[in-house]
Amino acid sequence: MAEKKKYNYGRELTKGFLRENPVLRLVLGTCPTLATSTSVVNGVGMGIAATIVLICSNIAISALRKVIPSKARIPAYIVVIASFVTIVQMLVKAFVPALDESLGVFLPLIVVNCIILGRAEAFAGKNPVLVSAVDGLGMGIGFTAALFCMGAVREILGAGTFLAGIDTMIGGFVDLNGFTGFDFTEGLSRTGLAPMTVFILPAGGFFTFGVIMALANRLADRKGLPKAELRGCEGCPHAAVCGRSECAAEETKETADAVKPSADKKPAADEPPKETDAAAPAGNDGKEADAQ
Amino acid sequence: MKFMIALLVMGILTQNFTLAKFLGICPFLGVSKKLNTAVGMSLAVIFVMLLATAVTYPLNMFLEAHDLVYLQTIVFILVIAALVQMVEIVLKKYVKSLYNALGIYLPLITTNCAVLGVVILNIDNISAYSAYGFGFGHAMVSSFAAGAGFMLAMVLFAGVRSRLETADVPKSLEGLPITLIAAAIVSMSFLGFTGIVEGMGLL
Repeated sequence: MAEKKKYNYGRELTKGFLRENPVLRLVLGTCPTLATSTSVVNGVGMGIAATIVLICSNIAISALRKVIPSKARIPAYIVVIASFVTIVQMLVKAFVPALDESLGVFLPLIVVNCIILGRAEAFAGKNPVLVSAVDGLGMGIGFTAALFCMGAVREILGAGTFLAGIDTMIGGFVDLNGFTGFDFTEGLSRTGLAPMTVFILPAGGFFTFGVIMALANRLADRKGLPKAELRGCEGCPHAAVCGRSECAAEETKETADAVKPSADKKPAADEPPKETDAAAPAGNDGKEADAQ
Repeated sequence: MKFMIALLVMGILTQNFTLAKFLGICPFLGVSKKLNTAVGMSLAVIFVMLLATAVTYPLNMFLEAHDLVYLQTIVFILVIAALVQMVEIVLKKYVKSLYNALGIYLPLITTNCAVLGVVILNIDNISAYSAYGFGFGHAMVSSFAAGAGFMLAMVLFAGVRSRLETADVPKSLEGLPITLIAAAIVSMSFLGFTGIVEGMGLL
């Protein structure tokens, strides 16, 4: 399609990090974000695994974009993504078994991560290979950065440690000189305090995510950007299948019967892709919330 | 029987699929604005979870028999996707009333992490609960419990959200942030069930 178009690779790379951060601005991939951010090491491990899948699947899908018929594109994307997830799963099991253990079911669940299918649908399916790879890298870094922020807040407040367990993750590849992460619990207990365990429990995940998103919204507001909404339809891979009108109506909280099943309008997979890029409005900065 | 009840209690209360395991957060946040959509979506999820488990459990035995377990992820997601599409077509043609109630949610669920999650967790449970002889029946029960837990969370949260609509919240927290913080409080209330399974002597 846009073969002649000049791509600004730097912009494609940084948009995922700031302006269109998949987690904090586009609100995609919330499940793994909440579930794996109990510690920095877990979160970043998840982020890196997803980034690898994202880059590979973006490259493959973009290379195949003229071969894949548009009616069957979602199943085709799923097969491509599932294959890369399986590869990553095997690699993680072989080289970083500790990560496999801590991510558990969320490692195979990368296959249904909205970010990956969303980028395939919104970007890689329409753009050349190189720029798709850059887009995947940028989005992956954005995802990892958001997980890092979440993980840092939750780990420091909830467990009183920082980077704990890093030796089990990269100890096999890098010499850490016996470094196993920072531990503040001892210093804390001397002051008679204990870490707030609730932050590493599920409730703390929701809370931290809410607060970080509020910070991101505030920063976005200062830059004149709209706040993050759960606009499933923009980046959501289901957009093409679920019938946008109902979806959009649900989002803008219109009338109570907005999601009446319209029997005549089968939410079929053969609607042409409507959305362009999962466009968060352009702007210069949807800045990350601070970690600490 | 005791173990079945334990699975039910765990799925619905102590290890609630949405509030403790973080599966199906997108529909939890996205479709919980109104009670009737929340109920419709949850019923569709329960339906698909049961169906998916019924199909993938024997399929996993086949994969294991042929030493193809590494294909699990690919096979499961494709089977679930195909199955959901097929069910949608069948329902639309023959069971119009059910289609009208659930149909719109079905395609949404195809790539929902809760469904693939429950299927994979059930397979993991076979070895995790081997002492209790975790089998097909147990897998179905725990799928139902997972779906019912999802429904409970959705319905409770729909109630919370209807109150949030009129609440006066700080500007930065408007919208999603306050929703997430409300979810945190709902999730915290579920922490109160911790230990109930052991306490009742079910496990």
